[in-house]
Amino acid sequence: MRAVWIVARKEFRDGMRNRWALAIALVFGLLAVGIAYFGPAASGASGFASLAATQASLDSLAAFLIPLIALLLAYDAMVGEQEQGTLLLLLSYPLSRVELLMGKFLGDGAILALATAMGFGAAAGLINLLTHPVGSLVLWRAFGFFIVSATLLGLSFIAIAYLISVSVTERARAAGLALIAWFVFVLMFDMGLLGLLVATKGAVGRAVFPYLLLLNPTDVFRVANLTGLDSGHTYVGMADAVAGHHFSQAWLVAVLVLWVAVPLGAAAWRFHRWEP
Amino acid sequence: MESVISLTDVRKSYGAVHAVGGITLDVKKGEILGLLGHNGAGKTTLMKLILGLVAPSSGAVRVLDDGLDGFQDVARPGRIGYLPESVAFYEALTGREVLDYFARLKGVDARERDALLGRMNLEAAADRRVKTYSKGMRQRLGLAQALIGNPRILLLDEPTVGLDPIAVRDFYALLGALRQQGVTVVLSSHVLSGIEHQVDRVVILGHGRILASGSIEELRQRSELPLLIRVRGLGNSDDWQARLAPYGALVCGVKEALMEITVRPENKLALMRALLDSKGVEDIELAPPTLETLYAFFDGATARTGGA
Repeated sequence: MRAVWIVARKEFRDGMRNRWALAIALVFGLLAVGIAYFGPAASGASGFASLAATQASLDSLAAFLIPLIALLLAYDAMVGEQEQGTLLLLLSYPLSRVELLMGKFLGDGAILALATAMGFGAAAGLINLLTHPVGSLVLWRAFGFFIVSATLLGLSFIAIAYLISVSVTERARAAGLALIAWFVFVLMFDMGLLGLLVATKGAVGRAVFPYLLLLNPTDVFRVANLTGLDSGHTYVGMADAVAGHHFSQAWLVAVLVLWVAVPLGAAAWRFHRWEP
Repeated sequence: MESVISLTDVRKSYGAVHAVGGITLDVKKGEILGLLGHNGAGKTTLMKLILGLVAPSSGAVRVLDDGLDGFQDVARPGRIGYLPESVAFYEALTGREVLDYFARLKGVDARERDALLGRMNLEAAADRRVKTYSKGMRQRLGLAQALIGNPRILLLDEPTVGLDPIAVRDFYALLGALRQQGVTVVLSSHVLSGIEHQVDRVVILGHGRILASGSIEELRQRSELPLLIRVRGLGNSDDWQARLAPYGALVCGVKEALMEITVRPENKLALMRALLDSKGVEDIELAPPTLETLYAFFDGATARTGGA
């Protein structure tokens, strides 16, 4: 356990030092404020609109951006060390491969969690300052859940990135696979489901459909956040179709946690058997 | 003397490639062992096997009598120091931070880290990023990390590569000090000149097998390679060719007054006596086969017999 902590500390410090955390927080914060402000432009007005509309926009932004950033942050975690030649040395120290992986996960996870909290937290504070349409408590509760679920989404994609990173021997290959993973989960999956729906002329009906969404952490995140919205939500993808109808928020958070644990477990299992 | 590393018929294959093909080797406590071999001879794989980083395909690896059979998830904790070939570090960290990280992983006090920086002449550069280090400085940092926690066994893969002559001399002095402390050292090298005086025993590897093993003296005897004798002041070499014949010796070169003669080891003394009794001899110099010659001999011998 001590070794996990030492590795996590180093990873976290590296991430702070090379400004990863700051850059991610800035991107999140600026886009969040921008979307909250300009989001309603489509309906002919700008400025902060309802919390529901703002949050729906933020959900889309987070579902799009967080997986990408998590994959970028973590795709070379193992294969990078292997390629630069530090992994062999590290493994000659008294720490297990699983401890190394968990330490890196904690460090990378902490950076992403911090950046998400700082970026979106600052945005929430700013929006709260500039508007008074909703009570502060409601706003903070909504943002609180959003930040927690967004962090879980990020952690699940870090875990997916680790699974990629321990499965290849070249950094470039890992980068390619990470982009494919993003493309599949964030862009293709919903289209595929839509195609399935059309192709089967609705035979894959309402009964199965919500469960299929659980196969994609991005959709789980979207559904979880839409479930929390009371009314007036904008269309935000397939997730919208089932929001609030099947799963409670707690249940969806549990599924997100599984989406962190399963890929991470698979990565640990693969890495455990890896030989330098 | 107790054995601290013991390999019994160890094989390691990667698919169809046999990186190590049946090695049996015992290393005694406090011994300094030189592993010689060209690239791909199996030196690095052998070290990984001893570290427990890779599992043998067959055979047994025992280290410090830990009773562990080869592969395990944790490398043999803290008791082996390892310097990988062309060692690499986190470029963005300073030398001190790198050592700090490794010292923490071994649960070693920071004071020892600073002492190691001093011992490796890295104090002045300790707070510079590793990115700015020369090859030799990286190698010294690599040695420093291998020494963290006073390991009982050191595995050094090409430790002198990139070091300038003074650093090489310092490294040999370090080896001497380690020997005094009873540390067992296995070092691999393809730079042969120099290490022959530093190691107790040499193991020549080729194609994943041991081609020869023993002290330099033993290897010389076993090879029965001729010695080289340089004699000054003998005069005409043509006369000598005939006079040397009874000793099985040959004139192999003449440079001005210096004649080079090769002779089989068993005839060495008889020839020396004859030379000493000859008129005009000013100086006699004996050169036993160097490690390079021995290496070439044993490596070549295997090639001739088809790698067996």
